[in-house]
Amino acid sequence: MNLKFDSYKTEGFFDEVFAADGQPRNGAAPIVNAINELPINDLLKRQKAAELALLQSGITFNVYGDNEGEEKIFPFDIIPRIVQAKEWERIEKGLKQRIEALNLFVNDVYNSRKIFRDKIIPEELVSGADSFRKQAINLNPPKGIWIHISGSDLIRDEKGDFFVLEDNLRCPSGVSYMLENRAVLKKTFPKAFKTMNVRPINVYPDRLLAALQFLSKKENPVVVVLTPGIYNSAYYEHSFLAQQMGIQLVEGRDLVVLNDTVKMKTTKGFETVDVIYRRIDDDFLDPEEFNPTSLLGIPGIMKAYRKGNVVLANAIGTGVADDKAVYAYTPQIIKYYLGEDPILPILPTYLCSDKKSLDHVLSNLDKLVVKSVNMSGGYGMLIGPMSTQKERASFAELIKEKPRDYIAQPTINLSRAPVICGKNFVGRHVDLRPYVLYGEDINVIPGGLTRVALKAGSLVVNSSQGGGSKDTWILSENGNGGEHAK
Amino acid sequence: MVVNMLSRVAESLYWLSRYVERAENVARFIHVNLHLMLDYPEEVLARQWEPLVTTSGDEKDFFNRYDAATEDNVIRFLTFDKENPNSIVSCLNAARENARMVRDTISSEMWEHLNHVYLDLKKHSRQKKIDDLHGFYTNVKNAGHLFVGLMETTMSHSEGWHFARLGRVMERADKTARILDVRYFMLLPAVEDVDTPFDAILWGALLKSTSAFEMYRKRFHRIYHKNVADFLIFDDYFPRSLNYCINTAKKSLKFIVSDFSEKTSAEYELNKLYEIIKDGNIDQVVNNGLHEFIDIFQFNLNIVGREVHNSFFSMKNEKMVESMSQVQVSSTNE
Repeated sequence: MNLKFDSYKTEGFFDEVFAADGQPRNGAAPIVNAINELPINDLLKRQKAAELALLQSGITFNVYGDNEGEEKIFPFDIIPRIVQAKEWERIEKGLKQRIEALNLFVNDVYNSRKIFRDKIIPEELVSGADSFRKQAINLNPPKGIWIHISGSDLIRDEKGDFFVLEDNLRCPSGVSYMLENRAVLKKTFPKAFKTMNVRPINVYPDRLLAALQFLSKKENPVVVVLTPGIYNSAYYEHSFLAQQMGIQLVEGRDLVVLNDTVKMKTTKGFETVDVIYRRIDDDFLDPEEFNPTSLLGIPGIMKAYRKGNVVLANAIGTGVADDKAVYAYTPQIIKYYLGEDPILPILPTYLCSDKKSLDHVLSNLDKLVVKSVNMSGGYGMLIGPMSTQKERASFAELIKEKPRDYIAQPTINLSRAPVICGKNFVGRHVDLRPYVLYGEDINVIPGGLTRVALKAGSLVVNSSQGGGSKDTWILSENGNGGEHAK
Repeated sequence: MVVNMLSRVAESLYWLSRYVERAENVARFIHVNLHLMLDYPEEVLARQWEPLVTTSGDEKDFFNRYDAATEDNVIRFLTFDKENPNSIVSCLNAARENARMVRDTISSEMWEHLNHVYLDLKKHSRQKKIDDLHGFYTNVKNAGHLFVGLMETTMSHSEGWHFARLGRVMERADKTARILDVRYFMLLPAVEDVDTPFDAILWGALLKSTSAFEMYRKRFHRIYHKNVADFLIFDDYFPRSLNYCINTAKKSLKFIVSDFSEKTSAEYELNKLYEIIKDGNIDQVVNNGLHEFIDIFQFNLNIVGREVHNSFFSMKNEKMVESMSQVQVSSTNE
C-alpha cells in the first residue's frame, strides 16, 4: 500500500507544497510523485532511518533539568518544504535590506544617537529595552559591523504573503539543523532532489569563516568558536560549526587575557586569538563588566575588545535591535537609514506602552497574540483565539502591571506544509528562518530552517513547545521551477 | 597556519582513550573469569572473584557498599555500577563525554562509534539483565578494538592522536601490571597444584586476561609461571607487555615534545620508568620479588601520569601566567 497525497487536504490554509487539493505547486511535482510512488512502509522506514541517523551522529539538544543529561533529537519530518525561486528572490533582497538597516541602527544607538534626535523612535523605548547594553556605548567594532550572524523568522499568512515575525541578532542557533537536515534528505530523496534543482547550502561554513576572518587586520587570523560547554543545549551546533570550519572550539576556561590580548592555553603555551565567534550571551562574557558570578566568561575580554585586540561576533548589545517593541519601528528604521521602503513587511504591532494601543489590546485579547518582549522560545505568549477566559484575565493583569513588556499582534493563520503523522499526511503550520552573514557583503544563504508545529492546529513552532523541523528546498530560477505540475 | 592543540582538548583525548582502554580491560578480566568458572572446582570458585576487585584498585569502595565478593556482586560493581567511577558503564560514559568535548577534533567515525556504544549500553543497562553477559563483554571488547582501529585509520597521526595513544598505553601498562600482580600472588602459593591441569588453566587464564595466550604459546610453548611473568613484563613485541607499552609511550611523548626547547618533567619521569624495564630481567625480578617490582613500576607509572598532566594540561600555563604577569609588572615599573 502506498501513502498518497490523494486524500491530503489544505483545508483553506496556504499550503507550501500544494496550490490546491491534489495539485502540487510549481516545481514540487517530482517530490510529490516520489513520495506517492513509495510503498508506505518504505516511506516510514526512511523517516525512521532519518531520525536514527540524527540520533546516531548525536545531533541532539540537551533537555535541561534531567539528571541523566538526556539528549533528544529535534523532531524531523522528511517531507521538504518548497520555496519558489521568485519568492526567494524577494526574501533575499528584503533580508539584506533589513540587516543593513538594523546594523546601522545599532551603531547609531550606541554612538551618535541621531535617530533619537530626529524623533524616529522614542529614546526611552530603546534604552529601556532589557537587551540594551551600556557596555556597548561608544563601541566601534571593526568595519562597522555589529550583526555578523543573524536569522530572522518569517511567516506567511493565508494569502501566502511573507512577513517578518521577529529578528534574531544575537547569534541565533539552528543553522546546524539546516545543514544536517539537508545531508539526511539528500540521502532520503536523491532523485527528486536532483530533478528539482535545489540550491545548495553547504557553502555556509566557508562563508561564515570568510566573514569572521574579514574582521581581522591580520592576514591569517586565529578564529575560534566560543561555547559555554557540553551542557549547553546548542553544544552540538557549536562543535559542528568549529569542525566544519576547521577551527578550535574553545570554552571560557581555555582563554585568558594577558596584556589586553586574548590568549588560548595550548599544550605548547599561549597563542593569540584574533576573532571569536561567541555563542555565549553578553551577560556571561566578562565577569568584570557583566554578571560578576559568570564562570563561563573571560575576565578582561571586554578591555581587549575595546582596544581592538580581539573581535567578537556578534558585537555586544545587538539585542537592542531585535527587541519585540523596537520591532514595531523597523519599517521606519529602514526608511530612515536607507531611504527605501521595506521589501518585507512586518505584522501590525501594538505597543502596550502606548495608552491608546493598550486599551485596544485589552479589549481585543481574544483576537490578538500577546507576547512578552523579554521572552522567547514560545514562552510568555497568549494566543487569543485559543485562550481561555481565565488565561486572558491573568494576562490582562500582567500587561497592566508592566505595559512596556508587552506587545500584541493580530493572530495570523500561518501557512502549512504536509507532515507524516502516523500513517497519514496532515497539514501543520510552519515558519522559516533563513540565515544571514554580514562580512565583506551581506549574504543570505539560500535555505533555512523550516520549523513546524507538530501539534494539530498549533501556531507555535518552537522546539520547546513541541516543534520540529523540515528541510527547506529553495528552487533555482533556471531549474524546472517554472514547469507546471500535472 | 598550524594552531597548537588546546590543553583541555589534549587532556580530553588522553582520558577518552584511557577510559576506552579501561572498559575493555575490565570486560576482558570478567569475561575470562566467567570462562574459568566452567573448568574450575566448585570449592575454590568463590575465591576467584575478589582478585578482580583488587585488580580494579577499588576494593575499599566495593566493601563499603557490598557485603561479599560474590560473582553477582563483583559483576554488578565492575560492570553496571554507576557509583563506581571505574565500572564499564562509567568508563564508557566518561569516554563519550570526553569525546563530545572534542568531537570537532576527532573523526566523525570515532565519535559516532562511541555514541553508538553509549546508546547501546543505555539500552542494556535499562534492561538490567545479567544473563547473556558473554555477549555483552564480547561487545565491549569489540567496541574497544574498533575504537582503536578507527583512531588508527581515520584520525591524523599528529599531536592529538599521540596524546590519545599515550593515554591508551599508560592505561594498558597499568592494567597488565595489576592483573599480573594480583594473579601471580594468588597463584603461586598453590604449590600442590604445580604442574597439574589446574595450574595450566589458571596461568592460561591470566594470559587470556591480557589477550596474550596465543602469542605466549608461540614464544614459550609450555605454560610456566616465570615465563608468563617474563612475557607480560619484558616481551619486546607483544602490545600489552609493560615493555612494549612504555616504549610506545616514549615514542608518542617524543612526538608531542618534538619542538619543545626544554625537557619536560613528563619525559624525565617516563625515562626513569623506561630504565627500570630496560635494565631488568625476569630472574632478578623473581628473586627480588615480583610484587615489589610491580609496586615500583606502578609507583613510577603514576608519577608519569601526574607529570603528563603538569607538563601539558595545566601547570605549565599557570606558570606562564605567573611569569608573564611578572614581566608585565616589571615593564610598567620602568
